[in-house]
Amino acid sequence: MNNAWVPVANRITDIIKETDVEYTFTLESSIRPDHGQFVEVSIPGIGEAPISVSGTGDGWIQLTIRAVGHLTCAISTCKVGEQLFIRGPYGVAFPSALYENATLVVAAGGCAVAPVRTLIRSRLADKKLAANTRLLFGFKNPESVLYKDEIDEWSKLVQTIVTIDKEACSWNGRTGLITSHVADVDIPDLSQTHVVIVGPPVMMKYTSAQFFSRGIKQEQIWLSFERRMACGLGKCGHCKIDNSYVCVDGPVFRYDKALHLID
Amino acid sequence: MKKLLQKDEFDALLSTSSGVQFLGPVRLKGRGRFSDTDLIKYGQIKSFTDIVWDSKTYLSAKELILPITETLLDFTGTTVVQPPVEDAILVLFLRACDIHAIERLDAIFLNNGPSPDPYYKQKRDRFKLVLMECAVPFDSCFCVAMGTNTVSNFGAAVRCIEDGILIDIRDEWFTSQIAGSGTDTEFELQFPQQNGADVHVPHIKEMQEQLFTHEMWDEYSKRCIACGRCNTSCPTCSCFSVHDISYGHDSNSKIARRQRVWDGCHLDGFTDMAGGAAFRIECGSRMRFKTFHKIYDYRKRYGVNMCVGCGRCDDVCPEYISFANCINKVNDLVNESRSTPDE
Repeated sequence: MNNAWVPVANRITDIIKETDVEYTFTLESSIRPDHGQFVEVSIPGIGEAPISVSGTGDGWIQLTIRAVGHLTCAISTCKVGEQLFIRGPYGVAFPSALYENATLVVAAGGCAVAPVRTLIRSRLADKKLAANTRLLFGFKNPESVLYKDEIDEWSKLVQTIVTIDKEACSWNGRTGLITSHVADVDIPDLSQTHVVIVGPPVMMKYTSAQFFSRGIKQEQIWLSFERRMACGLGKCGHCKIDNSYVCVDGPVFRYDKALHLID
Repeated sequence: MKKLLQKDEFDALLSTSSGVQFLGPVRLKGRGRFSDTDLIKYGQIKSFTDIVWDSKTYLSAKELILPITETLLDFTGTTVVQPPVEDAILVLFLRACDIHAIERLDAIFLNNGPSPDPYYKQKRDRFKLVLMECAVPFDSCFCVAMGTNTVSNFGAAVRCIEDGILIDIRDEWFTSQIAGSGTDTEFELQFPQQNGADVHVPHIKEMQEQLFTHEMWDEYSKRCIACGRCNTSCPTCSCFSVHDISYGHDSNSKIARRQRVWDGCHLDGFTDMAGGAAFRIECGSRMRFKTFHKIYDYRKRYGVNMCVGCGRCDDVCPEYISFANCINKVNDLVNESRSTPDE
């Protein structure tokens, strides 16, 4: 029978150093993950971990990896031409078709820009959708800003707010937590708006609260959860919250569902 | 078809069945937790006298279908190799609660997620289940409360008597195996109707959110030492982690084995993510997570409670935490906070 545990070895064709600890790897791959889906990435002998897909195209995918764990540190030392093992894609994607006739606000904190990047790219590739897209990003400091050049390009097309937590001498943009800039997001019609919020649990909670205070309803907010998923197949139990499995029922959840997922 | 098999007839069946392994509760002399005590666990049955009828196994039959450590893949450097497929039929002797427990595992490993787990299915398809009649339950059992005291999906059921066994055959495979052996007889299987432990399971559609953070869990934060014995002894706890072993001389070697190893929600590190984020730091919240899974949220997803009332977790806890009492406490709180049941 088909064995979903068997990964495919994919060659690394390009590596971009995004920050001191974050790298974007381009891999040869035949899979076409949907926006917000993830793959299980491994190096035999080191281990396997769920990583969200930050770029897709014909015959390739991109993964943006922060070197903080056992596996991600090992991946960060890989060179072009070496292989990473991939299985997937897994999980429920952002319902991008639902967003098509609405204003879409994407709010992401830190490396959470990675799982929303393909969604943003697809919105901005379409003139009509681009006009109805707003971007709000928060980073710790100027050095941790991901996809800097690409964000600059995005900011020429749509309202793009980028903030860093505290003032820094090399930064002349906005400062303060992402929550303090929600008020400035241009939302023409509250009822015709969807908001995607991705980041650490605390960030998602308080950013959502700011959008609620602007009149956005729970049913209009979409979150993406991060858990230690050892399988991605609904078996290992690590990502179960209440009766939901983040790997098969998520990682994308609408706020009114996510609200009842108590760890 | 019901038959009486004398001990020697039973033993003859065990020895003449080729391509069949018989597995059930066996006694490992002196291997218990304390000196001069035995360990009762699942193992190979070679004769009638190997089967232990009067004790509960420390670990359940779970370890036969979900081994503590199981190889998933071998990486040779150029290929990914799956472990060899076995074909022996596995005849498994177990009690009603443990048959239910296998069904609970089936829901996760066969039916949850995008596809059945191939390693689990490969073993499950070879199982033939034999119910061991359990008319008198053990002290810590609460199968009646969990509705797992009776069972119907078995291939055969056996009762131990002085001379041998009485067997009630429900499946063609067993009929063909036993054809010609034993003598026809009559008996009615008995199931426990009452347990020593008095347990009341709350039947609710949605758990009140205040119970997730209720002070009742604080006691477990003080008492539980996160040893995970309740997880390992539980026949329905099925969580695992995936680990790689490198066989190379340096960390870049691609010669490696990928395996899964039992894990548990009470254990430290279960929710840890790279970067340091973790959930349920307090043991009380782990107890709440496990309890609600066993008697509430599994039922929301799969339609039946996960806990089968075998009582093993109560038998093995070094801190004498009673899961049965915990269920009763939750039930009392649920009843306190509502006037009429909603189900």
